[in-house]
Amino acid sequence: MTDVKPKAVRRLGDIVFANLTFLAGISILLTLATVAAFLFAQSVPAFTGEPIEAAENGFWAYVFPFIFGTVYASVIALAIATPLAIGIALYISHFANRRFSQILGYAVDLLAAIPSVVYGLWGILVLAPFLTPSYRWLNENLGWVPVFGGQVSATGRTMLTVGIVLAIMVLPIMAALIREVFLQTPRLHEEAALALGATRWEMIKMAVLPFGRPGIISAAMLGLGRALGETMAVAMVLSPAAVISFDMLTSTNSNTIAANIALQFPEAGGNYTNLLIATGLVLFGITMVVNMIARWVISRRAEFSGAN
Amino acid sequence: MSKRIELKSLDVYYSSFLAVQDVNMVIEPKAITAFIGPSGCGKSTLIRTLNRMHEVIPGARVEGQLLMDGEDVYGPDVDPVRVRRQVGMVFQRPNPFPTMSIKDNVLSGYKLNNSKMSKTEAEELTEKALVGANLWNEVKDRLDKPGSGLSGGQQQRLCIARAIAVEPDVILMDEPTSALDPISTAAIEDLAVELKEKFTVVIVTHNMQQASRISDMTAFFNIAGTGMPGKLIEYDKTEKIFSNPGQQQTEDYVSGRFG
Repeated sequence: MTDVKPKAVRRLGDIVFANLTFLAGISILLTLATVAAFLFAQSVPAFTGEPIEAAENGFWAYVFPFIFGTVYASVIALAIATPLAIGIALYISHFANRRFSQILGYAVDLLAAIPSVVYGLWGILVLAPFLTPSYRWLNENLGWVPVFGGQVSATGRTMLTVGIVLAIMVLPIMAALIREVFLQTPRLHEEAALALGATRWEMIKMAVLPFGRPGIISAAMLGLGRALGETMAVAMVLSPAAVISFDMLTSTNSNTIAANIALQFPEAGGNYTNLLIATGLVLFGITMVVNMIARWVISRRAEFSGAN
Repeated sequence: MSKRIELKSLDVYYSSFLAVQDVNMVIEPKAITAFIGPSGCGKSTLIRTLNRMHEVIPGARVEGQLLMDGEDVYGPDVDPVRVRRQVGMVFQRPNPFPTMSIKDNVLSGYKLNNSKMSKTEAEELTEKALVGANLWNEVKDRLDKPGSGLSGGQQQRLCIARAIAVEPDVILMDEPTSALDPISTAAIEDLAVELKEKFTVVIVTHNMQQASRISDMTAFFNIAGTGMPGKLIEYDKTEKIFSNPGQQQTEDYVSGRFG
């Protein structure tokens, strides 16, 4: 007797489908690799070619204010958007009656569909003038808080305005994501809390928020990613200067990397273009680091996530 | 503490649908009372009215009276949150909070009332509740690990520990062993018998052997058909229900002729 190994049946359909999904998966990696390769290759001339006027003190001196501006604007946006998004999501998932929560859900989705140019216009023409009086008030009464100090901008085209516009832009995607996570809170856990004599708010603190924590972090990172890369709205609203300043209400603000590329690119030539691409590479790096930190934060408490 | 519960012509509605009709019974303190009956007969619905948990479902309401040591649980100025702090509940499927450690799970209910507790207090209470739930020896070395890492039976005892940590008057168990293996089931049954020394215990069960093994009193519920309200058919000492029931329906059910 010879050992006959049972042969697994290989069906054509399975093979085709497996390969198709493999291609789909690999296309992500390919895209990422080609974008990274392009950024690297095109950045090199900025360092090897003749000196560039705009970056006479070296690349890092040139790019640092933009890094600062990018991160600062995004942090302001996230600081405003995260609590608001959690509030919206909680209201839709646990407080509003079904009709109203549906209407709100649609409104949130609509907000996400507005193009960023429109947000930019709205920021300049409506939000900035509208906020200027409050900025003046903040400066007069809370000017001793470092971020509210300095000479208040007369136009309202400030870092804080940019932060608010960005916050509104990232709000819908964050609220929608967090809502989905909150809706998935197991009923069992909500009932466990209620049966212990928790009020609605205590139930949310005990069951809903801890369960949704990884989702909240993911949503914040997605929002942050969008805020970091947002170009048009920032380019239109901000009045930039090549400074590093924490003042949110003045008209001298650090620009963001993306907005700077958009503003400078049409007039750039020679290796100035390469310099701008190099700043793009830096932005790519920042986004990657942010995402890795988020992954790490989520995995650190995976044991307690409820997924096991 | 352990309280006597009196149900006086209690009807339970989901919106306009009458789910349970006209229940009159007295649930004795320091005893185990079992609710048995076929699926859909309203026994789970009824047990949830004892701590007003049915109100979680929109439109659910009761008519009639529910008294706990003479106090009306549905009185106009009674806060359901207060009721639930006196009446602990254990569910069909173990539901420890997955984001909390074993210790935090035990303390979660207690912390709702007492936001500030010293470390030693917290440790003492954790030990006391876990000992009370026959779980201490199995988990004392891993109190900071997540509760979701325990076996199903251990998780269910953790939920019992969580319920008794707040020192309620009544413990409700809604089919607490239906998701567990026989060994874990035996552990929960032993525990239920110990719990009746201190608490009023009400248990809903599909398992008639379980009811006959552990309960002192048994209530048999039945429905005439789908869409009809569930009714209390017979309520008596457990031995009598299982040996010499007064109603034909009860006898048919406990002898396994239907259900």
